[in-house]
Amino acid sequence: MKMKYISITGLALLAASAAAVAGPRPAGGTVSGKVTYEGTPAKMKPIDMSKEPSCAKMYTTPLLVETVVTGAGNSLENVLVYVSAGAPDEPAPSTAAVLTQKGCHYIPHMLAFQVNQELKIQNEDQTSHNIHPLPKLNREWNKSQPPGTPPITEKYDKNEIFPVKCNVHPWMHGTFAVLKNSHYAVTGDGGAFTLVNLPPGKYTITAYHEAYGEQTQDVTLSGSETKTVNFVFKAKPY
Amino acid sequence: MLNIKVTRICLNVAAAVVLPAATSAQQAEQPPAKPSPTMESRIGDLTGHSAAGADLYYRYCWGCHGARGNGDGENAPWVTPLPRNFVAATFKCRSTPTGTLPLDSDLFNAITRGFITSNMPNWAALTRQNRADLVAFIKTFSARWVTDKPGDPIPVPPEPALTLDSIQRGKALYQKLECWKCHGQEGRGDGPSASTLTDSNDQPIRPYNFYTGYRFKCGTSNSDLYKIFMTGVDGTPMPSFADVVKPEEAWDLVHYLRTLQIWHNSPELALWESTPEGAAIVKAERVRNTDTGNPIHP
Repeated sequence: MKMKYISITGLALLAASAAAVAGPRPAGGTVSGKVTYEGTPAKMKPIDMSKEPSCAKMYTTPLLVETVVTGAGNSLENVLVYVSAGAPDEPAPSTAAVLTQKGCHYIPHMLAFQVNQELKIQNEDQTSHNIHPLPKLNREWNKSQPPGTPPITEKYDKNEIFPVKCNVHPWMHGTFAVLKNSHYAVTGDGGAFTLVNLPPGKYTITAYHEAYGEQTQDVTLSGSETKTVNFVFKAKPY
Repeated sequence: MLNIKVTRICLNVAAAVVLPAATSAQQAEQPPAKPSPTMESRIGDLTGHSAAGADLYYRYCWGCHGARGNGDGENAPWVTPLPRNFVAATFKCRSTPTGTLPLDSDLFNAITRGFITSNMPNWAALTRQNRADLVAFIKTFSARWVTDKPGDPIPVPPEPALTLDSIQRGKALYQKLECWKCHGQEGRGDGPSASTLTDSNDQPIRPYNFYTGYRFKCGTSNSDLYKIFMTGVDGTPMPSFADVVKPEEAWDLVHYLRTLQIWHNSPELALWESTPEGAAIVKAERVRNTDTGNPIHP
């Protein structure tokens, strides 16, 4: 009886001291890694923008289709890496996610944001675009945005990954990812990603590529360690 | 007229063939034993009931729209554009903003009218009560009818008097908004992007050709035309212009678009043809021989 009491007090003391050292929010663990491909990816074709001279003249060399973007060391870009299970749902941040249409091109190609986060879509071109996201679970809308008009603001209330396109300029194509928490990253040049501030626990990490599909890996974090998770996608030559 | 009748007979025959076969075929082809939620529709003084609508649906509609309303009925592979998927709850003809649910009356009018240039016939031969019941039943297929409310209708102010200035302003808007990118400079549906268009089912779809007709998918009147481009035609490449076109501009555009329907006698066309510029354009279009369509009402 006495022993138990003492040990409980001891634990409480330990916990108190730990909290004092780490501050109110304990630093979480990190998952980082690299996304690469094996095999031969399809060669991306140059985009013919001759039907839209105001955009075509913005490029000295034609823009390439961005379905598969690769880099040095077989790295794969535009891969969304996110915590698909294990992390609690989070309220939307107050900042807006921004999609810019410039040179008849979506920047960024893969835009990830949270459920109910404000999405701002702006047109910097001298031509009209229509923004036509194609969700299945969320509601589908389609809006025209002529040059010089204010940004379109929207929200999505369901977790879903879906394409977005412009019907007027059929080469304009991108992806919206509506996610449940803030633990996500999109790979850029080099294919590297880092997910930070993950409290101890078991997580499922999902990597999504618009052409090569998705892969998942489980990872367990205890404390503020950094764990490496790499994804290798099988490239298709067509 | 004959076409419509033949289509309807075909549908009925198809349903009759499918019904007995389905009992022994896959489970997926059978109507669910009990449609889940009970829904109602209100169209003016009418109240539609989904229970009554279910019987009608499994007699007239499921051959194309499918047992579960997801547009995969027996006839769907032969139908272009594909039958509406009621589970997705995305509807073309609305008086409500893009991305929102339509009013019950929008669905009622769509069933009554049918959809030109598609396989959906008009169902005006069904009683008004039958059509109201069908609207109620269609709403049982998607949970959105429980979680969401229909959008607030986009207001359609009274049509201002028709003037030449209004037509000219509409003509300038047609250029500024780049309607011609899809619909073509003369409204023949042959703009530079026309051949690349696909609908939300990834099926090729053509922009509306003003030259060949006077009816639209979503109606025949000037206010129907106003609503079409202000609300957008959801599920197709046609976007909403409600955020970028002011009401008075929208009426200008309506007046101009009517002049593109050169085989349809309208006050807009008559006024346009009374000017040297309009007369020259219309005359040139009337004699232009293309393969995009034949004059229906010369």
